[in-house]
Amino acid sequence: MEPIRGTVISVNGPIVKARGLAGVSMLDIAEVGPERLIGEVIKLDGGIAVIQVYEDDTGLRPGDEVVSSGRPLSVELGPGLISNIYDGIQRPLVDIAKLLGSYIRKGVKVSPLDVGKKWRFTPLAKPGDAIGEGGIIGEVRETDSVLHRIMAPPGISGAVEFIADEGDYTIEDTLYRIRGSAEYIGRLSAFWPVRKKRPFRSRKKSGIPLVTGQRIIDTFFPVAKGGTAVIPGGFGTGKTMTQHALAKWCDADIIIHIGCGERGNEMTDVLNEFPKLVDPRTGRPLMERTVMIANTSNMPVPAREVSIYTGITIAEYYRDMGFHVAVMADSTSRWAEALRELSSRLGDMPAEEGFPSYLATRLAEFYERAGYVETLSGMDGSITTIGAVSPPGGDFSEPVTQHTTRFVRCFWALDKALADARHYPSISWIDSYTEYIDEVRPWWNALDESWHATRSGAMNILLEDNRLQQIVKLVGPDALPVSERLVLFSAEMIKNGFLQQNSFDPKDMHCGPEKQLMLLKIIVEFYDEARKLLSSGVDLKSIVSMKAASELIRLKSEIGDGETGLIERYRQEMRVEFGSLREMKAGKT
Amino acid sequence: MISEIEYSGLAAINGPLVFVERVGNVGFGELVEIRNSSGQLRLGQVVEIDEERAIVQVFEGTTGLSLEGIRTVFLGKSLEMPVSREMLGRIFDGLGRPIDGAPNVTSDRMMDINGLPINPYSREYPRDFIQTGISAIDGMNTLIRGQKLPVFSGSGMPHNTIAAQIARQAKILTAEEEFTVVFAAMGVKFDVASFFIESFEKSGALENSAIFLSLADAPSIERLITPRAALTLAEFLAFTEGMHVLVILTDMTNYCESLRELSSSRGEIPSRKGYPGYLYSDLASIYERAGRIKGIPGSITQIPILTMPSDDISHPIPDLTGYITEGQIVLERELFNKSIYPPIAGLPSLSRLMKDGIGEGRTRRDHAGVAAQLFACYARVKRIRALASIVGEEELAPLDREYLKFGRVFETEFLSQGPDEDRPIGTTLDIGWRVLSMLPETELYRISREDIGKYYIPSMGD
Ligand SMILES: Nc1ncnc2c1ncn2[C@@H]1O[C@H](COP(=O)(O)OP(=O)(O)OP(=O)(O)O)[C@@H](O)[C@H]1O
Ligand SMILES: [Mg+2]
Repeated sequence: MEPIRGTVISVNGPIVKARGLAGVSMLDIAEVGPERLIGEVIKLDGGIAVIQVYEDDTGLRPGDEVVSSGRPLSVELGPGLISNIYDGIQRPLVDIAKLLGSYIRKGVKVSPLDVGKKWRFTPLAKPGDAIGEGGIIGEVRETDSVLHRIMAPPGISGAVEFIADEGDYTIEDTLYRIRGSAEYIGRLSAFWPVRKKRPFRSRKKSGIPLVTGQRIIDTFFPVAKGGTAVIPGGFGTGKTMTQHALAKWCDADIIIHIGCGERGNEMTDVLNEFPKLVDPRTGRPLMERTVMIANTSNMPVPAREVSIYTGITIAEYYRDMGFHVAVMADSTSRWAEALRELSSRLGDMPAEEGFPSYLATRLAEFYERAGYVETLSGMDGSITTIGAVSPPGGDFSEPVTQHTTRFVRCFWALDKALADARHYPSISWIDSYTEYIDEVRPWWNALDESWHATRSGAMNILLEDNRLQQIVKLVGPDALPVSERLVLFSAEMIKNGFLQQNSFDPKDMHCGPEKQLMLLKIIVEFYDEARKLLSSGVDLKSIVSMKAASELIRLKSEIGDGETGLIERYRQEMRVEFGSLREMKAGKT
Repeated sequence: MISEIEYSGLAAINGPLVFVERVGNVGFGELVEIRNSSGQLRLGQVVEIDEERAIVQVFEGTTGLSLEGIRTVFLGKSLEMPVSREMLGRIFDGLGRPIDGAPNVTSDRMMDINGLPINPYSREYPRDFIQTGISAIDGMNTLIRGQKLPVFSGSGMPHNTIAAQIARQAKILTAEEEFTVVFAAMGVKFDVASFFIESFEKSGALENSAIFLSLADAPSIERLITPRAALTLAEFLAFTEGMHVLVILTDMTNYCESLRELSSSRGEIPSRKGYPGYLYSDLASIYERAGRIKGIPGSITQIPILTMPSDDISHPIPDLTGYITEGQIVLERELFNKSIYPPIAGLPSLSRLMKDGIGEGRTRRDHAGVAAQLFACYARVKRIRALASIVGEEELAPLDREYLKFGRVFETEFLSQGPDEDRPIGTTLDIGWRVLSMLPETELYRISREDIGKYYIPSMGD
């Protein structure tokens, strides 16, 4: 197709208006000015096209040329995505650094995937096979932990006319040909429009949790694979740390980490750490399952708006191969602000707090792209989406938090007071909620029948504690009856010995489901036993000064995942201690 | 391609903006020279352009400009400044022009004052501990070389004294490397600027500092350039010359007010409290210029200072700053009123880069545990104080009373120190142990048993 040419008539920050682009469609790419800056057509108004430019357009002049190929803004999907780090419009930051040094300059054009690299392709279809949409053509070992399936793109089906033999190919080599209503020439990679969701056969109920290794999440507020969760919190309350912990330890196959308008150093941190950390399930470096999108706060704002779509499109691509993908978006508030900035430059009527009225729709569309599905090729795959929200002043009543809660089913509320007291993760056990309990219950039950009872037992202690704290604030703990003081004491044990989890402690940073359950069980058992002793007349002081009481809160950092047997030993010791308290009491009376 | 085209007359003036009509071949963001009839020169920048007119933001403000008799020249490039090592020991105005009477800076190295975003892949993660000699900072909110760590203050509080103390005392333990200071004042009074200059002079750091002043009487719009000019020089010194640069920016609140003014004169839809919706991104374009770059020895450490309007940390300026910087040092009115210097208590203060910069081989093995424990215990002190104010101290449980005692000693011995007192990190941690040892050993659940065995002083609590 002949490129369409037009002329810039005005420049207002990243919003450029152009005339003469006859035949251009909404969301088509437009390259602007002598440096061919990447832009996207976001509005058509009579003969004028409004273009959002994804790079710094300083120096652009009315009269400069605009060229459009008539293709929509797309991501390139194929082997080589994993371990890579991209900006918001999928430009590879490592290659850009090699090409241009330490700074990002405008106008650079680098292919997202390495065009020179040869991949070992194993065909799985043969000439004459009928291939449906999304059907598997062959596979490539992308990393030691990721077997990349080469699929017929959605919309393409028919008979295989040609398929390459097993061998080494670049992403540009012709690998297969499908003859359907038209002929399709397939390669290792293919383009997909970034704002269009990739189709699947059907949605399914998942029934399995995304195991994160974070106790408060897995035990109290789990998210199912294919689910959605939001982490709202003021600055410094732990959104990024929580997302990093999840990206490191959750049991997804693929992690898409989107740094959307946040700090450069946080990306560097991931880039430094992930190659060194080993995925406990595969024994391979975590980087081998991770794709990073980094459009930091000082990079062009419009590209921030696209970054989450770039990320989720890559996620869908791996989901279509039958993987469980987890998407972390930090922070969706910065994305929403990019939307606000662009819409205000367009002169849209603002709704709440200057955000455009379509904010809610856009949020809904984004979270809708999560889900547990049967893929076009009949496999199970999922996308779990976890978005951070940065409410101004930490006030959850603002539009982004409010709208997001309408579309997600799991809410991990970060609490400033907990963060100030350095109780991390500062996820509030009072304000958080999850709608996935019933969905993941069978999975936990299969591990241990007592899961639900233990969880409710502990939750009741925490809720009772929360109620009592209101009274304590006014009259002090000593005014309470001993049974209630025991609740306060046991709640403190749950907070310090279970809920609190240190991301920097090698034994504590990750906690498997088994260890979680055992830790919680032993604390709940402590409470139950102590309550019995209290009512039989043993004084509270001897109970709280039990050796076990101070021991239990240290178990989390002293016993690793593989050594849960040791917890059982502590449990036996605790029982002996309770036994002797009981005997002493019996001896006295 | 540099093309200079001159136009005469303005179509309109609105606040710091002027409108020039029938322009051609003018680019977005381009630098503009504006001369009035008496030949006085001002600088501006194109903030919006179409086929008919250009909207130009005038850095020196538009006071005294009229529509007639004005000549504008579009320079075909964006705002650049010359940079060189010779700029150390010099004083500049808010736009980076010398005001110390010495000759203009000549350099063949010109840099765009907006800088370029550092590729996140090219960043080096900051890890080197900077000893400031201030216990509240070193012990609990450690500053790291390449960090951006703002001071959130309130009117009347000693933020300037603290910033000057940091600038004087900051050192790296592992290396004999000096800091170069770049100081930018936006909208502060002359006495604040001269306080810093004198403090640098006293410590002999002045020859090694560059000072940018856009004082309270300078045009408000100029402040939008000042931090950028300062950071441009800092980038040159750090990433071309390999120096370690400490950048102090004061007062960011004034900067943000100038931005609000510009935004409202452009008729933009305001976000919270009248500040523009892009305040976050604009501040990020300043703060993110801190850091380190792989393979380059230098660094930029930023200490922006801002006063929180009515001590409100949720005000958009501190709030958005906190969302960008790597922690914050918060000065607390309550401690200030108790005459505690520095009034940094910890709870709302945080250094996010602390975790990787401390511990064995960097500071001391027990550092992380001591810091976490001090935070936790002091948080508890605050709760108990709230309770004591209701039920009375006598009604408290014995342990709670021990906590109160801990709280008092923590404030007077750990937090408090003189503005010239330079405490080595070892001393800071030892004081930390002395105050923690006032509590029973069992209360120290954030510290490893090993460190308790080594440092806990058993008889202290009695
Ligand atoms: N699980 C954790 N374990 C230990 N420390 C933590 C944990 N979570 C948070 N922190 C501490 O809190 C700091 C801030 O956390 P984080 O960077 O995640 O905040 P945030 O909510 O993302 O803030 P912002 O909105 O400003 O980006 C961290 O640097 C770390 O010191
Ligand atoms: Mg964060």
